[in-house]
Parts: sequence; C-alpha cells; structure tokens
Amino acid sequence: MSQAATASHGAVDTYETPLTPESWGKLGMWIFLAGDAMSFGALLATYGALRYGATDWPNPADALGISLTAAMTFLLICSSVTMVKSLAAMQDGDQAGCVKFLALTVGGGVIFLLLQAYEWTHLINEGMLLAENNFIVDSTGAVVGHLHEGQELAAGQMRASGLFGTTFYMTTGFHGMHVFSGVVYLSVVLRKAMRGDYSADNTAGIEIAGLYWHFVDLVWILVFTFVYLV
Amino acid sequence: MSGEGTHEHPNYMLIFWWLLGLTIAEVAVPMVITAQVPKIALLVSMAVAKAALVALYFMHLKFEKKMLGVIALTPMLICAFLLFMLMPDSSWRWIG
Repeated sequence: MSQAATASHGAVDTYETPLTPESWGKLGMWIFLAGDAMSFGALLATYGALRYGATDWPNPADALGISLTAAMTFLLICSSVTMVKSLAAMQDGDQAGCVKFLALTVGGGVIFLLLQAYEWTHLINEGMLLAENNFIVDSTGAVVGHLHEGQELAAGQMRASGLFGTTFYMTTGFHGMHVFSGVVYLSVVLRKAMRGDYSADNTAGIEIAGLYWHFVDLVWILVFTFVYLV
Repeated sequence: MSGEGTHEHPNYMLIFWWLLGLTIAEVAVPMVITAQVPKIALLVSMAVAKAALVALYFMHLKFEKKMLGVIALTPMLICAFLLFMLMPDSSWRWIG
C-alpha cells in the first residue's frame, strides 16, 4: 500500500493480487454461502442415507403431493428473476425499476412462506408429525391409506417410518428459515433503495443481497428434487 | 459494477424459460418413468442443471474470478465425500 495511493483515495488501498476479489463484501457472502451449503448438504446427505437404508419409507409424491410445491418452486424461480432484474435496473440507473423488482422479490418470498405454512398445517392435520406419522405403506413404499385408532394392518402393509417427517420438517424448515431471513434482509435493501442509497455506481449492496436470495432459490431446487420428487 | 449508462446483462429471461421448462419436465418425469434408477438419474441431472444455471447466470459465477468458483465448488465436494462415507451404514439393509 503506497502512501500516495492512501492519500489520493482517502482510504486504505489494499495491494491487489490475482486472488483479490472485485468486492470484499461479495467474497464474504460467498464464504458464508459455502458454509451454509455444507449445512444443507449435511441435511440432504442424512436424508439420503436414512431413506436408502429404510424399507418403510413412503413415496414422497403420495405422502406430500407435488402440485403445491411445484407452484412454490415456480414462485421462487420468478423471484430470482425479479432479483436479477432489480440489480440490472439499478446498474442502468433506473431506481424506480429497481425498487419495483425488489418489492416483487420480497412479495414472492412472503407468498412462498405463506404457502409453506399452509402445506405444513395441512400435513400436520393429516397426522404427519415430527417423529411419527399415520401413513400405511406397502412393500414398494406406495402410500395405501392412513392408520386409524385400533386399525389392524393388512398383510404386506406397514406403518411408514417416523424419520420421514423428521427429515422433511428439518430440511424444509431450515430452508423456510432462510427464506424468512431473506425476506427481512431484502426488505432492508428495499428500504435503502427507496431512500436512494444505491446508484448505478453503487450496486454492491443489492448484488450481495441477491447472492443470498439466489442461493435460497438454488437450495430449494435441490430440496424439491430430493425430498419431493425422487 | 461501475460506470454510467446501460450495462450488458445476460439474457435473464432465457434462463427463466430454461428453468421453467426443466421444472415442468421434472414434475412430469415421475409420472412417465417408474423404474427407480433412470428416474433418479434424470431428476438429479435436471436438478444439477437448474442449480448450475442459477449459480452461473443469476449469481454471475460465469463472469467472476475463478476463486469464487473454487469457493462455491468446495462444499459440493465435501458433501459428495459425506455421502460416500454414509453409504456403508445405509447399505446394511441390502446386505444384512
């Protein structure tokens, strides 16, 4: 760091190497996301190991349903598009466009959370709890009914693994917590954008928040596939 | 990220249509293919493709320095290793 450089910029000017990132804030967010990805990876790997080793695992499509979750996936993809559009708008100097797309992104996150709350409520009312459920499955894992009080299981039928609910609520709950954090985070960025804190030359705050939001979308793509479809 | 005027942006809407198309295909796969191995292989391939599109274009990894790509890839390698390490435990069902 030269004294001349420090004096001319009025701030600390770090020595640049080929590894020096364009933005230290962006690097920080990527390192955080890498750690977070390992948390999600551990959850999904545990899910896979438990399911692979179980003979009484229910077919997720039968137990959970796909339609609502497919709509939630579509919603998150749309919110990722509005997020990049908000960044692009600010980079082009269009503050009103940036605010509009950021608001749409926050709205998408809120609707996703409401849909997830509806899904959880529906599943809990159906008897799928954190440690047990009342799904009856056959040897292929197909859900053939719900177990009622005092009901005897027919030959070839069994009660579904209680771990199904444990892994489902842990994984989707951990993701939902990230969506909630993202909604709060993006609301703060939205307020700053409305206040005029960003400009075409100062978009790092929006871009870093966008990285977090896209990561939440990316993880949902994997959760949707592994927990609902496979 | 600096400079006045209009920036060159990736074609975000094209990525959106790819993501939408892959999502529709993913939902259709379990209805069309019942055999476990090809079904899982197809679903995982499409999920990885979607995740890669989001990372490369929405998160701009394609246009960043390689170091960020290395940071992004590291947890995937570690998770693959974790899966590999868990396999002996979950395989008891099939051999015992």
